[in-house]
Amino acid sequence: MIYAGIDIGSITAKSALIKDNKLLGTHVMLSGYNPLNAGIKVFETLLKKSELSKKDITAIVSTGYGRASVNFADNAITEIICHGAGAHFMNPTIRGIIDVGGQDSKAILLDTNGQVENFAMNDKCAAGTGRFLEVMAKALEVDLDQLGEFSLKADSPSKISSICTVFAESEVISMISGQQKRENIIAGIHESAAARVAILATKIKIKDPIMMTGGVAKNKGMANALEGRLGFKFVKGNLPQENGAIGAAVLASRI
Amino acid sequence: MPKHKSDNTSDTKPVKIKSAKKMRDLMTTYYLDALSAKQNNKLVAWITSGGPVEPLVAMDIIPVYPENHGAMIGSSKMGEDLCIKAEDMGYSSDLCSYARTDISCSVVKGGPIGGLPEPDMLICCNNICGTVLKWYEVQARFYNVPLFILDTPICHTQYSPEIAKYVRAQIDEYIAFLENVTKRKFNYNKMVQVGKLAFEGQLLWQKVLDTTAHRPSPMSAFDAFFFLALIVTLRGTQIAVDFYKELIEEMEQRSKDGISAVKDEKYRLLWDNLPVWYQLKWLSGKFSEHNACLVADTYTSAWCGAIKYIDENNFLDSIAEAYTRIYLNIGVDQMADQVLDMIKFYDADGFVMHSNRSCKPYSFGQLDIMNIIKEKTNIPVLMIEADMVDPRNFSQSQIETRIDAFMEIIKQRNH
Repeated sequence: MIYAGIDIGSITAKSALIKDNKLLGTHVMLSGYNPLNAGIKVFETLLKKSELSKKDITAIVSTGYGRASVNFADNAITEIICHGAGAHFMNPTIRGIIDVGGQDSKAILLDTNGQVENFAMNDKCAAGTGRFLEVMAKALEVDLDQLGEFSLKADSPSKISSICTVFAESEVISMISGQQKRENIIAGIHESAAARVAILATKIKIKDPIMMTGGVAKNKGMANALEGRLGFKFVKGNLPQENGAIGAAVLASRI
Repeated sequence: MPKHKSDNTSDTKPVKIKSAKKMRDLMTTYYLDALSAKQNNKLVAWITSGGPVEPLVAMDIIPVYPENHGAMIGSSKMGEDLCIKAEDMGYSSDLCSYARTDISCSVVKGGPIGGLPEPDMLICCNNICGTVLKWYEVQARFYNVPLFILDTPICHTQYSPEIAKYVRAQIDEYIAFLENVTKRKFNYNKMVQVGKLAFEGQLLWQKVLDTTAHRPSPMSAFDAFFFLALIVTLRGTQIAVDFYKELIEEMEQRSKDGISAVKDEKYRLLWDNLPVWYQLKWLSGKFSEHNACLVADTYTSAWCGAIKYIDENNFLDSIAEAYTRIYLNIGVDQMADQVLDMIKFYDADGFVMHSNRSCKPYSFGQLDIMNIIKEKTNIPVLMIEADMVDPRNFSQSQIETRIDAFMEIIKQRNH
């Protein structure tokens, strides 16, 4: 039997298929304006890629901010529980998850069975989220995907003192006009965002081994900054961005 | 269709609490009396929610509560405009939203009842927070009326003999203040009666709250937020005593008949901090959707939490301690102990904490309390960030995700 998970995030939509407890495939695209259309498209594209049709799918779980809009799903489950299930599926030893997505960052603590024991999320503030990095990338005229590479070349990370995204952006702009090296500014941005996320991990007393999930996990500079803050090395996951969708598919198999 | 939201909503509406109508009538009468005080040659005193109201009642002065008014403003969703008005006047958006709405309402005469009746005096007790000091000073200047401040030092660990002496002396100063303003002698005989009624009222209010220990709970904290108004505003009167007796009867009958506040109650939660007044309906619906009932809270129980210090036969002496040792004026360890007792008594499956942007003394220390509760009970604890009156500090979709995830954790555990 085949199960599907659909994760509609604030920036990207992800889908995953699972068969016989094995991952069949995943797909990622931009969410766009309409979460239901994003859900349909990300699901259908993956079906096509996998040479399957809707009738092959036994159950679907939706997750993410747009979870309630996916009206063809059998159940809607929050991304917190889905990330837990996804991480446990990919690596059953995982006890901690740091998930940095577009508008949320969260720290999740799992028990040995992969069930969520506790979680903490950022408050009503974009500092320490993917959106924060996106704003900074724009100000620095760097492709979002390149932020990580740039920061790895920093020799002395700049110090960003503002927590607020808007104020931090003006701070970054004044650093640019102060001719600070772009690499150093970017490393400073990662440090600043990592400091915000690390607070969440401390709040729930996160435990090792930890997996970083969410789109931002692909940014090596951010991952390094977080590892430095937390004093833990992340267990490498191959599909951090798709982890929520994978978890949703796992939970679909339990309906 | 996915099994979310609408599918889980109960099809039949819960059985309404009959006493609610009477309560609304009593509150209307109370506010009409207060608004017509001048015509009836009565004096009006504004008093903080945790202040000793009994001497006012004994002196036939009508007590009016800006905080209760703030709750009404919040519930009628008029908080945002009044908060903005206060900010236009120069007050910071970080100032308590009760203070902001009260201050701006005095100027524009806005809100659901067109503003409170003007005060003849102000009684400010800082057992609930420090903001009230400056807030009441502002109002004393605005209305040009005398202000009495009752200073109750925080009892981090104990009620020391020094604190006892200091606060007790102020009770006499308070009475002297009232005699001075009213130009009348204090009525000690009436004080004895009022003291007994205040004591009885608090015992009855505790009994009302205790009825939710029954499974399923006949009422929820959302109901308690509403029924609280009488023990706050009419404490020390026969009206409050009679009403709560009837309410207890109704609750006991509901329990006997198996009538519950939440349809198919499966999970029982405890709430911390003030309500989010402008989102009561949404929050109550959200929890009901998960078959969860907020059975108790640390807020409404604050108006009976210090009963053990009251001696009804020696009321004036004992209220010094009772008013000093209220929930918001004690140490974090003692607050956590009270929460632990409530979790046990009400058999709660989870603890929801409202980190309230407005109420600093209530929200400060919540993280420590959260950690103590987790360590000692192992029940899930959720922290949501909001504000009691200012809706600009409430993000519905973020809070929805947190509540859903929290309930999913509780369900997993009880599976």
